[in-house]
Amino acid sequence: MNRNIFISFGFHILLVLITAMSLPFLAKKPIDLPPIVSVELIQITDKTNIPFAPKAKKIIEKVKEKEKKLVSEQAPPKAVKKDKQDAIPLPDEKLEKVKEIKEDKQNPEKVETEIKQVSEFEKKDLFDPNNIAALIDKSKVESAETNKKSNEISQDQDKNIEFGGLSLSEEDALKAQIFGCWSIPLGLPYNENLLVRIKLQLKPDGSIIDSEILDHARMNKPGQGFYKVLAESALRAVKLCQPLRVPSTGYERWKELQLNFDAREMLEG
Amino acid sequence: MALIEVDITRGNLSPLPVAVSPLSIDDNSKENFKKILKKENLGAEISLIVENNLKQTGLFNPLDKNAFLQKPDIANLKPRFEDWNLIKAQALITGKVTFVDDKLRVEFRLWDILAGKEMMALAFTTVPSNWRRVGHIITDKVYERLTGEKGYFDTRIIYVAEEGPKTNRIKKLAIMDQDGFNNKFLTLGNELVLTPRFSPTNQMVTYLSYFRNLPRVYLLDIETGMQEVVGDFPGMTFAPRFSPDGKKIIMSFAQDGNSDIYTMDLENRIVERITNHPSIDTSPSYSPDGKYITFNSDRSGYQQVYIMESNGKNIKRISFGNGLYGTPVWSPRGDLIAFTKLHKGKFYIGVMRTDGSGERLLTENFYQEAPSWSPNGRVLIFYRETKTNAKGEGFSAKLWSIDLTGYNEKLIKTETDASDPSWSSLLTN
Repeated sequence: MNRNIFISFGFHILLVLITAMSLPFLAKKPIDLPPIVSVELIQITDKTNIPFAPKAKKIIEKVKEKEKKLVSEQAPPKAVKKDKQDAIPLPDEKLEKVKEIKEDKQNPEKVETEIKQVSEFEKKDLFDPNNIAALIDKSKVESAETNKKSNEISQDQDKNIEFGGLSLSEEDALKAQIFGCWSIPLGLPYNENLLVRIKLQLKPDGSIIDSEILDHARMNKPGQGFYKVLAESALRAVKLCQPLRVPSTGYERWKELQLNFDAREMLEG
Repeated sequence: MALIEVDITRGNLSPLPVAVSPLSIDDNSKENFKKILKKENLGAEISLIVENNLKQTGLFNPLDKNAFLQKPDIANLKPRFEDWNLIKAQALITGKVTFVDDKLRVEFRLWDILAGKEMMALAFTTVPSNWRRVGHIITDKVYERLTGEKGYFDTRIIYVAEEGPKTNRIKKLAIMDQDGFNNKFLTLGNELVLTPRFSPTNQMVTYLSYFRNLPRVYLLDIETGMQEVVGDFPGMTFAPRFSPDGKKIIMSFAQDGNSDIYTMDLENRIVERITNHPSIDTSPSYSPDGKYITFNSDRSGYQQVYIMESNGKNIKRISFGNGLYGTPVWSPRGDLIAFTKLHKGKFYIGVMRTDGSGERLLTENFYQEAPSWSPNGRVLIFYRETKTNAKGEGFSAKLWSIDLTGYNEKLIKTETDASDPSWSSLLTN
């Protein structure tokens, strides 16, 4: 009796062990980690010409340039101002003021100079009628210099994208807009060369100054009725869409634009 | 700096918004037309025809007349484009109807609203009873100017008008305008008539009729009403159809269980055999240049579409899809072949290119067949049989049209049941 109980007990233990050993979580497998893939992050901005937050970029660059201007171009305006002020008979008070400034300017500490400079601008804002001539002269010089600088700034900004086309996103935005406006004449044959090229002159806001069909002569040729219909539909699309969704920057790039209207893809489908 | 180019390869297929201003009419003309035609305002009636035609195409969206800001008489002289632009119209149709020497004189203009210019101006004179055709002619011209292809509105449709129970059907030959108006019966219904087909060049019709249980091919001149028998042919004759120049008739004869394709010269009545094969060759249709013929044959074991040269040489199978293909009809434009397809118990009307590629099924139903092209090759008319109630009882056959996009399917209203339609060429070119 006892023997049988032991045998039974023994077999049960064996059964439990076998079951336990075969459980999947007990069979430890080495963790199969995927190999590390090195990823190189690259800037695609230059490739696609997508302006990085165009407005913000412009503002940041302008501020930077302004700061540069304030620091590096202090001396010349002062010199000019001094000459002019010397040449014009001014009340003593003013001369004293100028002298004071001169002294400040000679101060070797740059920080102080800057402070003085700012204070002088503040004075300018107060608009002293006695100082008009000097202000006019200075403003002339400054505005000229500012213009020069601002030109340089815009050239710098556009340098990267001046010679490129529209970026992918800019082109897509424009295409999507015109797709919605273009009612394709469905009666056109799909197997003929019906490419209509339209040259546009645009205003900075995207509205159209002038539109011109490049193969205009073809419109009035006999047997080119389909072309004429397509060209007219393309012109309608452009007029319906205006102002076009053009980029907010780089007007020089896209002030003249060529649109190639090709309906084959749609008509074949 | 290089000019930036942007490729526009897609557009929308939504209908073009068009304003159809009622044709202006002076009081004197209005009174005269009222006496003759019993129409209160003929100008408005004609513009309604134009509007319905344009709407039927699915390519145009005629705008609601209540939104128009400019009166018809002033709009005809010089539209205020800003006003029409305001209601989003891209094209405008204006015109004038006058009563001159007992005739109806119409002038109409088509304007491009966005460009602010006149696109077309035409005038013509006709008899007052033709006033519906005036609407169709205006639509044809507008359609051609805006789409680049010929219209199909000043056309007629010949069909088989059917009445009575299916077991004892009375079939009469009938003709109507493409919009379903001016319906006329051409035969009395004593004899069974089948497969009427218009000539592509003039207003002649060929059809098949049974006389003493023998099939006969007839020619009918719609203008004069003259009818003649082309010939008595042995055995069964099917589906006579004109050649593109209208000088020949092509059809199939069945003898001893074998059907082949023959042509008959209408001038000298000489019959020429085109195919000679033990299989069943039927439903021949010429290409518009007359150089090729498409037909269906079961020579491969199943009924499929074939093409061959007009002398019967170089037979080539072009349909390879699943199911049975029949009633091929070559498009008047030459680029497509329409067909009926039977697959898994359903009937389809479809089109394929002439080499068999680009098969597109336009519409599907339980029973429909016999497609016929509009003269510009843009729309197909066919007939469809349906049950008249939800239990599947009753029976009705009606004419339907569908354009090549497959989206614009329309029922064509007929007084009776109708089958076997055929579209005429344009009445005026």
